[in-house]
Amino acid sequence: MEKHNSLAEHKQHGYGIYILVWLALLALTAVTVTVAGINFGGITVTTALLVASVKSYLVLKIFMHLGAEQKAFKVFVLVALFFIIISFILLFSDYSFI
Amino acid sequence: MITQEHAAAHVHRDDVGARMGMWLFLFTELLLFGGMFFLYSVYRFINQEQFNIAAKELNTLVGTFNTIILLTSSLTMALAIGAIQRNNKSLSVFFQTLTILLAFGFLINKYFEWSIKFHHGIFPGSEILLNKPKGEILFFGLYYVMTGLHGLHVVIGIFLIGFMTRLTMKNVINKDSYVKLESAGLYWHLVDIIWIFLFPLFYLIT
Repeated sequence: MEKHNSLAEHKQHGYGIYILVWLALLALTAVTVTVAGINFGGITVTTALLVASVKSYLVLKIFMHLGAEQKAFKVFVLVALFFIIISFILLFSDYSFI
Repeated sequence: MITQEHAAAHVHRDDVGARMGMWLFLFTELLLFGGMFFLYSVYRFINQEQFNIAAKELNTLVGTFNTIILLTSSLTMALAIGAIQRNNKSLSVFFQTLTILLAFGFLINKYFEWSIKFHHGIFPGSEILLNKPKGEILFFGLYYVMTGLHGLHVVIGIFLIGFMTRLTMKNVINKDSYVKLESAGLYWHLVDIIWIFLFPLFYLIT
């Protein structure tokens, strides 16, 4: 019982950090919308995807408690991301050099 | 009758395993949506200009509003878990209910957005859409399928979180055993992450 409790407390975040992450997510949304409003051409999509990646990182690490999970969870997620990126690279090696 | 604490001490339970199972399920969701993102990226690569013209039809304001709603619902879900960890049952129920209400808000917004599109004659298979260039047909096809599938996930999320709220009220989910709520939260945050990518790719590429 004690062990279980200590495990549970280990994962416990303060309410404050959740509010902070939420504010950061809103601010990042504002950044993407503003950047899209200005016509930067090709950079717009790159910025949008970069900002989206940062937002996802925040959600994964804090909201989904990945930062406090055992190492195996992090390895799982990294492997999944690795294969998605590999698939994208292989896909575009086919399409971008026609 | 055994009390909750006895149950927590003696009944075999593997919370880490349960969460890992949920993560594995989320990876299959990633495959489902990932395939569509592949499709989107290739079609966009081939029809860049037509995608940009078609994206102008979408209302950025509605999209931004829905993004804010979904991000906020992710916050309330995280807070609901924080509340149950602190043994504050009523606060957790409050935040879970708020999450469900925000999810409904998202869907209502989506309903009006789609209705306006339908009103303008832009829906899969409509004459107006089929007369547009190929790239725009592809854009709206992907738009309806991807935001539609995402919307379906929001609907499932409402039922799931509603069920968790019921379990919390019945004390099945409590300070010592809240892995079910955590798993529902993981699912809800994934739905949020998918929207984080859908939003710029459909609404902001003009």
